[in-house]
Amino acid sequence: MHKLLNDAPGEEIFLLGNDAIARGAIEAGVAFASTYPGTPSSEISLALYQVSQESDLYFEYSTNEKVALEVASAAANCGLRTMCMMKHVGLNVAADPLMTLAYVGVTGGLVILTADDPAMFSSQNEQDNRYYAKLAGLPMLEPSSVAEAKEMTAHAFELSEKLKTPVLLRTTTRINHSSGVVTLGKLPRPKTKGAFKKDPFNLVTVPAVSRRLHVSLLEKLERALILSEESDYNRIEGNGPWGVVCNGVGYSYVADAIQDLNISDQTSVLRVGFSHPLPEKRIKAFLKGCEKVLVVEEGEPVLEEGIKALAQEAGLTLTIRGKAPDLFSRLYEYDPAEVRQHLGTYFGVAVPAPAKVDLSGVPEIPQRPPNLCAGCSHRATFYAVKQAAKAVETIYPTDIGCYTLGLLPPLSMADFLICMGSSVSSSCGFAQATDSKVISFIGDSTFFHSGITGLVNAVFNNHNLTLVILDNGTTAMTGHQPNPGVEMAAHGRGTAHRRVSIESVVRGVGVEHVTVIKPYKVKKSIAAIQAALDFEGVSVIISEETCTLYARGLKQLKKKAFRVSDRCVNHRDCINEIACPAFYLHGERPQINANACVGCALCAQICPENAILPLKSSA
Amino acid sequence: MDTHMETKRLIITAVGGQGNLLASKVLGEAALLAKIPVRMSEIHGMAQRGGVVESAIIFGDAHSTIISDGEADLLVGFEPAETLRALGKCNRKTIVITNLAPTPPFTVAIGKGTYPDIETIQELIRAKTARLIAFDAVACAKQAGNVMSVNIVLLGALIQTGVLPISAAQIQTTIRNKTKAAFVDVNLKAFELGMQAAAESAAVSEPPTA
Repeated sequence: MHKLLNDAPGEEIFLLGNDAIARGAIEAGVAFASTYPGTPSSEISLALYQVSQESDLYFEYSTNEKVALEVASAAANCGLRTMCMMKHVGLNVAADPLMTLAYVGVTGGLVILTADDPAMFSSQNEQDNRYYAKLAGLPMLEPSSVAEAKEMTAHAFELSEKLKTPVLLRTTTRINHSSGVVTLGKLPRPKTKGAFKKDPFNLVTVPAVSRRLHVSLLEKLERALILSEESDYNRIEGNGPWGVVCNGVGYSYVADAIQDLNISDQTSVLRVGFSHPLPEKRIKAFLKGCEKVLVVEEGEPVLEEGIKALAQEAGLTLTIRGKAPDLFSRLYEYDPAEVRQHLGTYFGVAVPAPAKVDLSGVPEIPQRPPNLCAGCSHRATFYAVKQAAKAVETIYPTDIGCYTLGLLPPLSMADFLICMGSSVSSSCGFAQATDSKVISFIGDSTFFHSGITGLVNAVFNNHNLTLVILDNGTTAMTGHQPNPGVEMAAHGRGTAHRRVSIESVVRGVGVEHVTVIKPYKVKKSIAAIQAALDFEGVSVIISEETCTLYARGLKQLKKKAFRVSDRCVNHRDCINEIACPAFYLHGERPQINANACVGCALCAQICPENAILPLKSSA
Repeated sequence: MDTHMETKRLIITAVGGQGNLLASKVLGEAALLAKIPVRMSEIHGMAQRGGVVESAIIFGDAHSTIISDGEADLLVGFEPAETLRALGKCNRKTIVITNLAPTPPFTVAIGKGTYPDIETIQELIRAKTARLIAFDAVACAKQAGNVMSVNIVLLGALIQTGVLPISAAQIQTTIRNKTKAAFVDVNLKAFELGMQAAAESAAVSEPPTA
């Protein structure tokens, strides 16, 4: 039995934040879940996928976040409790359905989880998705701990059904990837079969309908405001004159700082957990009891601006500060010492000097950047493209996945990236705006996510570019989730899915020059890529090879390690051109770590002396 | 869980693949068993691509799940250069435990960077913190029967210090209940060897009594 299906109310277990959120949804009777994986949200999806294998929960990996939310919107409008998970930038992709689904509303509870990533541990930006609650007019909940994340998730479903509107549940990485002790609640029997009641004049958003729906959205927000005023998630601790307003993980740093500085008698803390709409009356009453207020919130000054506006309405002139050069930053995540220091400074309390070690004399420590795995097929494809394009001026737009690591030298195969799918669309612009040969890279999952529309654009507008689709048969970066190009049955994931062939899609949208290569066959790959580059118009290379890490997990990897023989005269192309991490220097001579080598033989094919041989050979 | 205890902050730093997250999970589970409040945060994502994986585990009544620079009571490094890189998390009272068997970063392996001298690493840490327990945890892991048990060896050394209010028996119970059945015996042996290594290290590094 999956640990999240443990029907033992009252038992305490140690859970990852993302597992706690999944458990909260299960305790609320979630019947339907859809997602596109993205760090730091991915483990919620993994947990619900696993649970769906052992229960009546329907779960799907959708092609992208917009699709996931549209799928979810229907389930929730058939009365099913539905969850839709994504990372913060995923909500940009889903923003189109989000904005109008807010008008339409739901009948079954719909919880949309947005996992923000302050400090960008694994994201391309650190946008603050609290603005989406304001923009769409949806209630938002924000937990401050792992235990609360479980409770809030369950509560979000109730809130959603009470207001007949989707609820945004916003986490940050330090909730998703923290662990803590949670107390298990009861497991209900969820309603798993929905029923759709036709109501086109409320559900089909033509202008005349939407004009009315916008009115009802504002009415829902009025009701949400009343619930926010009453919510225990907006709670005040202490009754001192120094006010602190905070949300999310910032609350935990504030709580520790108040204890460390021993100022609990002087402070009062308003923790905002139901953050949209803001509890206006409660905030005004809180401000009236304060001499001055500090707002502690990672990201943008959302609370700060809201609170200042409320102070103005209430005719209050007390000092309210948050983001400032001498206080909190809009950049990155906070930490406990930083919050303690600013609290001390702002309220005039001595902060004990930190006893950090003196780091003088510590030598420079070589960096340990992440690297494409030993034997990663992307490395072979990058090498082949580089060789094929040697003679031409190139621009390499790339996309989001493991292959983004091609950015690093010596591969250096990434010139432009803004979001998922931007490789092929931006290539259209580069091809038109310059005389360079434009070669872009996109992974299989990303191609399905948002590469297809760009490719159609390239064909229709007849741009001169080459798109290389790196098809490694999985969504590797986020933990090997499936995508529509995967033969699910072959990977032991049941027979419920049908594979979509990337080659058929590419040919189907009208690309005339399409070649499938096996990247470990270096010469053939280079020749095929050269032919594609010579083609005027849109050409596509599909580079097919299973992710080595995934193959290892499936026990499909037939390792035949290689070694460097005495023929080596130290050209070091193996190290300087492809930088496979299976290599190391022994003395001055390159050697291969047989435990790391997966036998892709890329190095053996590029060695000018043919000095790299199978481990079990005599030469 | 309202057991009051002094807050203890632990950083574990490792290279992806060394089993940091399992070690952290075992500690968290053992703390739950011991009725000690516990919170933890970890940064994964690129762990399987050879990067650094760091966990912060906080025992006691604090709310935070991360540890600021200079505020770790304990630092456990699974790799010597990574232990040194995390020194900024320490203060003069921090107890540091490190594996001494290096896993050189790729840049070093291919001659494009210099790995810090192992003796220098130890001298620096010893000079700047309260105590250093340093030994070859990879050798202990091999002795236990699986090189992958380095994480549990270091857990043994950590518990031997007695700084955390978690007993060896509680960790052993957790190893039996929460780690893969096929590895329980190796892990128990690894844990014991780690405890022994730390005890021997303590015996060597104690200043002679006059």
